[in-house]
Amino acid sequence: MAAIFPVSSQEKYEKTKPSAKSITLRISKFNPGKDHAPTFLEFPVSYEKWTTVLDAILEVKNYHDHSIGVRYSCRQAMCGSCGMIINGKPKLACFTKISELNSNVVTVEPMNNFPLIRDLVVGFERMFSTHKRIKPYIVREDSEISSGTKEFLQSPEDVEKYIQFAGCIKCGLCNSACPTMATDSTFIGPQALAQAYRYIADNRDQGKDKRLRIIDERHGIWGCHFAGSCSQVCPKGVDPAMGIQLLRGYLLGYRK
Amino acid sequence: MMSSIMRESHIMKIHYLTALIAVALVIVHIMVRVMQGFSDSLLFDNVIANYQFIPYAIVLEAILILISVHGFNGLRVILLEVKQGRVYENAVTYGCLAAMIVLIAYGSRTIIMASMGMV
Repeated sequence: MAAIFPVSSQEKYEKTKPSAKSITLRISKFNPGKDHAPTFLEFPVSYEKWTTVLDAILEVKNYHDHSIGVRYSCRQAMCGSCGMIINGKPKLACFTKISELNSNVVTVEPMNNFPLIRDLVVGFERMFSTHKRIKPYIVREDSEISSGTKEFLQSPEDVEKYIQFAGCIKCGLCNSACPTMATDSTFIGPQALAQAYRYIADNRDQGKDKRLRIIDERHGIWGCHFAGSCSQVCPKGVDPAMGIQLLRGYLLGYRK
Repeated sequence: MMSSIMRESHIMKIHYLTALIAVALVIVHIMVRVMQGFSDSLLFDNVIANYQFIPYAIVLEAILILISVHGFNGLRVILLEVKQGRVYENAVTYGCLAAMIVLIAYGSRTIIMASMGMV
């Protein structure tokens, strides 16, 4: 092989040879059933420019401490499983490169505002139940099968009204960053509110009044203080804070 | 429960509207005070004279009502965010409502008595 492709093999070696760069990965360890307080375990991890925080955690899990609890699946920011606090900010571990953190120490903790199951794993039951409560589907009497056209046509302008909100992967980072969720345990949360807007803004949907009634309650949409942190942390570019303000427009009567 | 009587959006409409009108009336109030001079404003006879000028007494009464409604609803919203629970939430809601009514009643009594020359 070396004789056939001497130059490219050398180039390949140069590109893939391990770098000397390394960081200290601090992982929060806490089992609410056994431990009294969270502790941090520290591991030296070498990294390349493409190494993600999830890669580093899995390396530690594979070679140093297999008891570390972490939830992950797709590794490409699609499943929304690996949300955690990385150096103080809610991020997806699979979507955060160590080289972009510009820090010699990377600290990973479980997401705020969620019940802790173990280590980096939190419970999503509340978020999924509030998501379900706002009816995250098209509500209407007829269906595409019974319609004469066999499909509900939408113009690009119609789609533009809600498409960014359809990008939500239910990772929970917005709820983790929300200051209202930190104090109000019954607040519906930016994830569910953004999804309420996503379906209300969809011109195929007829469930606007039902959804507005659901969110127009004591711990509903009015709990939002417009801190905007939900929009800052969303890895998919969804802007829940804007969705919430647009929803308020419907409730205050300046938006139909 | 208060929220079963009025939808939260109706309460918040009142909240925003009272703030907007109060800002306009407080501007009028400050302008009147500036015209008179701040030190003179606090003289007893001037205070009584202010209350006896009916249009200005109406402005003061309106400010009292608007700021009480806005302020106590704001306090209710803050307290509801601090802690949750049916008993606590009802106590906060009705407590704020009662405090608002008491403050408006006491303030109105003062304005009416002063404007009628009873002090």
